[in-house]
Amino acid sequence: MGLSDDRARPEVPPATPDTAPPESVFTTNLNKMVRWARSGSLWPLPFGTACCAIEFMSVVSSHYDLARFGAEVVRFSPRQSDMMIVAGTVVDKQAPILKLIYEQMSSPKWVISMGVCASSGGFYRAYHVMQGIDEIIPVDVYVPGCPPTPEGLIYAILKLQEKIERGDPSHYQIVAEREAAEARKQQLVGA
Amino acid sequence: MAEYIAENLRRRFGDALERVSDERGDLTVWIDRARVHELLEHCKRDPELDFCFCMDVTAVDYLPLGGSPRFAVVYHLYSLRTGNRVRVKAGVPENDPVMPTAVDVWKSTDWFEREVYDMFGIRFEGHPNMKRILCHKDFQGHALRKDYPADLRWKLASPDDLLDEISSDEMQRIRSRVSHPISE
Repeated sequence: MGLSDDRARPEVPPATPDTAPPESVFTTNLNKMVRWARSGSLWPLPFGTACCAIEFMSVVSSHYDLARFGAEVVRFSPRQSDMMIVAGTVVDKQAPILKLIYEQMSSPKWVISMGVCASSGGFYRAYHVMQGIDEIIPVDVYVPGCPPTPEGLIYAILKLQEKIERGDPSHYQIVAEREAAEARKQQLVGA
Repeated sequence: MAEYIAENLRRRFGDALERVSDERGDLTVWIDRARVHELLEHCKRDPELDFCFCMDVTAVDYLPLGGSPRFAVVYHLYSLRTGNRVRVKAGVPENDPVMPTAVDVWKSTDWFEREVYDMFGIRFEGHPNMKRILCHKDFQGHALRKDYPADLRWKLASPDDLLDEISSDEMQRIRSRVSHPISE
């Protein structure tokens, strides 16, 4: 069907204030509108290091179809994405790389820690693995499981959407504000 | 089935072989570390043995068993022609954890020896790039030593240089091949 094929469309007279049905108008405020738009168009950045990333692939593929929730535009550049999904084990050697990529994302940004390795180190209670990525970056939603089921990750994204629509600050904002307050306090104490 | 291997090695090294065991067809020879390089070289070059493939180099820490010397470096050799294997072991004392490198015999031992160094702290003399391979640059101690606390971690603040072993010539060649030049 091309753009020129408009023969099948019914004739609709242009809406005027008199003819417009009352349901087609609603009032809101800009913040709510923006939050609604953000929650429905999360662009994920997969930071996949282990088997959780395989599960993430199935979440964005046709069967589980993350597109239904508006979060299917997977970007592999931190500049273009606002939801980082850390899927897999993060070792100490990888930690500064994770932090660098997280810092390259533009705000507002959210982080989902997928699976027990990213959340707590999982069964790697050892010399080489970070015991949870929240040691270095703020996390908004943790997903348990080894690996989590696709439904588990979808549920986490729905929870994140709820959080965004409610207008709750991302953990990133909370940390940034806490650090700013701390800096102000230090300034006052210093002065 | 592989008696000829033990025979061959006995003929050449005699008493330098500290122990030879053939447990269910798995031949293991213990050798003094002063002569281990010579033995490895012989295993590869001798046409009868023809161990062209060094499958693994690893180490063992005998601390809980009170072993003396404390460590042993283990080489697993395989012959593609005969299908036979041999395991070569050499003891390494704790106060002088040094071994001769085998990189000049099998190039594949380069990373194996770095791994042994990283995990056990046994240095390989003559190795072209004797540095850690798995743990990061700020890591202290050697994680697979039995007296290393299993969950003792060392944090890394800035990314480790992962391209340092690529020579500038090689880097130039890689750059000329990719359409998007790698940033300096």
